[in-house]
Amino acid sequence: MSINSQQLSNRKLIIGGFFCLIIIIYLCRLFYIQVIDIQYKLDAEKNAFRYMTEYPVRGYIYDRKGKLLVFNAPSYDLMVIPRETKGCDTMGVCEVLQITKQDYLKRMKKACQAPNSPRKESIFEKQMSAQTYAALQEKLYRFKGFFVQKRTVRKYPRPIAAHLLGYVGEVSKEQAEKDPYYKEGDYIGITGLERSYEDALRGKKGTQIAITDVHNKVIGRYMDGKYDTLAIAGKPLYCSIDRDLQEYGEKLLVNKKGAIVAIEPSTGEILCLISGPAYDPNLLVGGKERSKNFTKLYYDSLNRPLFNRALTAMYPPGSIFKLIDALIAQQDGLINRSTVYPCAMGYPPMGGKPKCHAHGGGKNLPGSVAASCNSYYAYVFREIVDQRKYPNFIDGYNHWRDMVKTFGPGTRLGTDLPYDKPGNVPSVEYYNKVFGKNGWRSNTIVSLGIGQAELTLVPLQMANVVASIANRGYYYTPHSVKGVGIDKHLDKKFKEKHYVGVQDPTAYLNVIDGMQGALEPGGTAFTNRLKDIVVCGKTGTAQNPHGDDHAVFLAFAPRDNPKIAIACIVENAGFGNTWSAPIVTLMIEKYLKGKTDRPETEKRMLEGDLITKNNLKELAKTKRPVKN
Amino acid sequence: MARNENSIFYGVDRITLIVYVLLVFMGWLNIYAAVYDEEHQNIFDTTQKYGKQLIWIGGAAVIAFSILLIDANFYTAFSYGFYGVLIVANILVVFLGREIKGSKSWFGIGGFGVQPAEFMKFATTLAMAKFLSNQNIVVSQQFRLRLKDLIKNYKNTFIALLFILLPLVIIKKLQDETGLAIVFVALIIVLYREGLSVGFLIFGLLAAILFVVALIVTNITGLIITLAVIAASAFLFIKRSRANLIGVIVVFLLAAGVVLGTNYVYNHLEEHQKVRIDVLLGRGNVDLKKEGYNVNQAKIAIGSGGFFGKGYLQGTQTKYDFVPEQDTDFIFCTVGEEWGFVGSTVVIFLELFLILRLIFLAERQRSDFSRIYGYGVAAILFFHLAINIGMTIGLMPVIGIPLPFFSYGGSSLWSFTILLFIFVKLDANRLLILR
Repeated sequence: MSINSQQLSNRKLIIGGFFCLIIIIYLCRLFYIQVIDIQYKLDAEKNAFRYMTEYPVRGYIYDRKGKLLVFNAPSYDLMVIPRETKGCDTMGVCEVLQITKQDYLKRMKKACQAPNSPRKESIFEKQMSAQTYAALQEKLYRFKGFFVQKRTVRKYPRPIAAHLLGYVGEVSKEQAEKDPYYKEGDYIGITGLERSYEDALRGKKGTQIAITDVHNKVIGRYMDGKYDTLAIAGKPLYCSIDRDLQEYGEKLLVNKKGAIVAIEPSTGEILCLISGPAYDPNLLVGGKERSKNFTKLYYDSLNRPLFNRALTAMYPPGSIFKLIDALIAQQDGLINRSTVYPCAMGYPPMGGKPKCHAHGGGKNLPGSVAASCNSYYAYVFREIVDQRKYPNFIDGYNHWRDMVKTFGPGTRLGTDLPYDKPGNVPSVEYYNKVFGKNGWRSNTIVSLGIGQAELTLVPLQMANVVASIANRGYYYTPHSVKGVGIDKHLDKKFKEKHYVGVQDPTAYLNVIDGMQGALEPGGTAFTNRLKDIVVCGKTGTAQNPHGDDHAVFLAFAPRDNPKIAIACIVENAGFGNTWSAPIVTLMIEKYLKGKTDRPETEKRMLEGDLITKNNLKELAKTKRPVKN
Repeated sequence: MARNENSIFYGVDRITLIVYVLLVFMGWLNIYAAVYDEEHQNIFDTTQKYGKQLIWIGGAAVIAFSILLIDANFYTAFSYGFYGVLIVANILVVFLGREIKGSKSWFGIGGFGVQPAEFMKFATTLAMAKFLSNQNIVVSQQFRLRLKDLIKNYKNTFIALLFILLPLVIIKKLQDETGLAIVFVALIIVLYREGLSVGFLIFGLLAAILFVVALIVTNITGLIITLAVIAASAFLFIKRSRANLIGVIVVFLLAAGVVLGTNYVYNHLEEHQKVRIDVLLGRGNVDLKKEGYNVNQAKIAIGSGGFFGKGYLQGTQTKYDFVPEQDTDFIFCTVGEEWGFVGSTVVIFLELFLILRLIFLAERQRSDFSRIYGYGVAAILFFHLAINIGMTIGLMPVIGIPLPFFSYGGSSLWSFTILLFIFVKLDANRLLILR
């Protein structure tokens, strides 16, 4: 079985063919990894590119007159790339930051663990003080692997409007995972305007692509920065807040719990939004200080300064609710200006309950508003609910409730501030549950008519009610911003008129006459009458299960072409005229004239301390069981 | 090339020469790209590797000229002489050499190092060509034999194999240079061309496949049962004679032996070799930051090149040292990243073209010596090409051998130049032999 030389020579084809076959397999493989599979390209980018973030300047916030409310101050974060710290003056770092070696190692460990990586930069010390930064700057060359990243923190030229403006903090892990824009350690608006207008305020982060070598050393910029993006500064925010009014209101509310909300009726712009006790927004910026202060504010359970009462505290409105009853009853044709109901220091049909105060006999409609007669509105409420138009009182009640809701109570107003509460206008289902079906009648719930029982409103809603009355039948959704960005863009939902259920002009005329009467002789707020401005107001004294009555007052002024609608509630302060009405009228003066003419009232309000006494009571209450 | 018989270029194959020059030049450009940094931009800077490579290229040119100057009969006459001298040199280097990267395979000459194992390639090819071209020696062409004929018939084949095995063992065992040693296996292709039965190659190939299968499949018992079933079912297709029965049983036992021996062989490999096999086959948990790093980074560099590449000197992966050994064994990564699929194909085709050209040239030789030597050169070059490219794209285990004419390094460039140009000289001389 010998093979001749020709056959052997033919083996060249087999050998050559074998070589070609191998090469074809290789080329297929090359085509696959180079052209088809993109994973290697992504890996290559991960290898060699370091994306360095350039943080934009957060937008400034101005008040309605262009005065600065919030600006930025530079802050310095100390960053570290653990892999590059070989040969670093460790003790030097500890000394400058005033930390122990253990702290250092702990932080370094954290910087190495997921989601951080020893190859990537992570924050070693947040928001260093200027002194620390200065000390560090000199020695930075000895701290291998460390570098300083400049960021900005919020600063407030005046320590006001903390609740309204909200604060900025580090983005949470969940948020960072959900929204690809944020990386851990980034800042985000957490409450207030900072939260609502986060997208506009934050601007857009820029990225510089640096090329790194295998040791993660930055070699240069990729393509000379061709693919870098510049940071785009955040847009400025033009608030509808009047800085001076806000500041004045906060001063008036010092040492008081409560809220003041003022709205410009013709636009729905919020002029001030005050929650007392307030806190200095400057407390919630900075690194270590910030968390210390936050903890302190957070655990102040007596004053709860972080609690934004203006939007989230649901108060019984008290007598101010009579305005709505009066409007609905007139619209329904049940009463008119001259309708008089008897009052015997209370509501006669139910044995003098709800009680009333001495105001001198039965009143007509404006008189009942001015004197705030409880009996009158017990009648009015029952007239509405039991009116003949409806086959039964359930439908009547639902009619009342629907009408009330057109003024805002019972639903979230949809303002541009986060976390507002809807308040409560109880439903039929609710009462069926409480009293049993058929277990209740209009007389069972008659105290709703005078703004008590389960009825609750947040202060913003109270201000919205008075703005609707000032406008004689409509409101704009209250909002705290005039415009976003240079072009002052405003969401069109804030330019839309909302008509309330009552549109009868006479009804408004009668009620407003009554409100004006409240600040005239015989009115509940006569002592707070202003000489030169016609104020239309309504007092309220809201009974509540927590202690002394809340003092409520709402008003608009001037009567014709109103410029301001305002509501104020002071917790556990008693009668509306003693605390809330003075504050409201002072605010009106301040806003319309720029000054106040009643130094004594002003002094009494500024110095009045309702908190210490009440807090002591509160403390005593909680401590008593322990003493027993 | 030159018409004048006295010119040193007389009869020289110009196609081979052009491809050689092209490959060396492209290699040099890619070495420049691989070690490029902003501070040293002068391609002639001899403190840098590309500058040094230029010196090596100059040396290679001198060597090539010298080879062409010397009478072709010199190589035939001194074949065994070269072989003997280099065998001795490769043993001596273990004792006299300088240690570089853990292996004692370099002679230090001034600032440069020379690796005698590189030069063993041409010497072994020459010696084998000399042995096989002896008129009386025939490579056995039979596969199935009676036992008593075996020794007689295969004596010469065994001797030829010894020529291969001697340097292989010396370089592997004494110098611990697996890459340089394993190259000699390629010369089996020459034995095949000279008559070795294809049965051996197929059997060897099957054994290799079985080895890989046995490494991947964890259930060894199942694998052996499968083999038994295949062996049994073989009788459905072949004549049921006693001879066939014995044949099938022998084949089955050999296969089972390979399977059972696989784990033994694997376990007796060195740790880094095990790891390389694991990386290739994806066995166990390969950590891409440690043992899998080289191959993964090589694949990333090549894969990120895309169709047209990132452009010369624009490769981020190779330029910034993500790929280890990127100027020597992993030089192909630079090609893949900066020149893309197009450039990779060009380089591979040039290498393949050269090899196929050598086979063509070898077949036109009238002297057996020249033909056998030519095949030896082609086989060695192809082995380098296949292993080197294969490892960078993850089709072969990582074995440290250079890409012919392309990789940085004086010893390898010179050894390939000698290897090639001796054949070029033999080829140029083919017409003179007749006279």
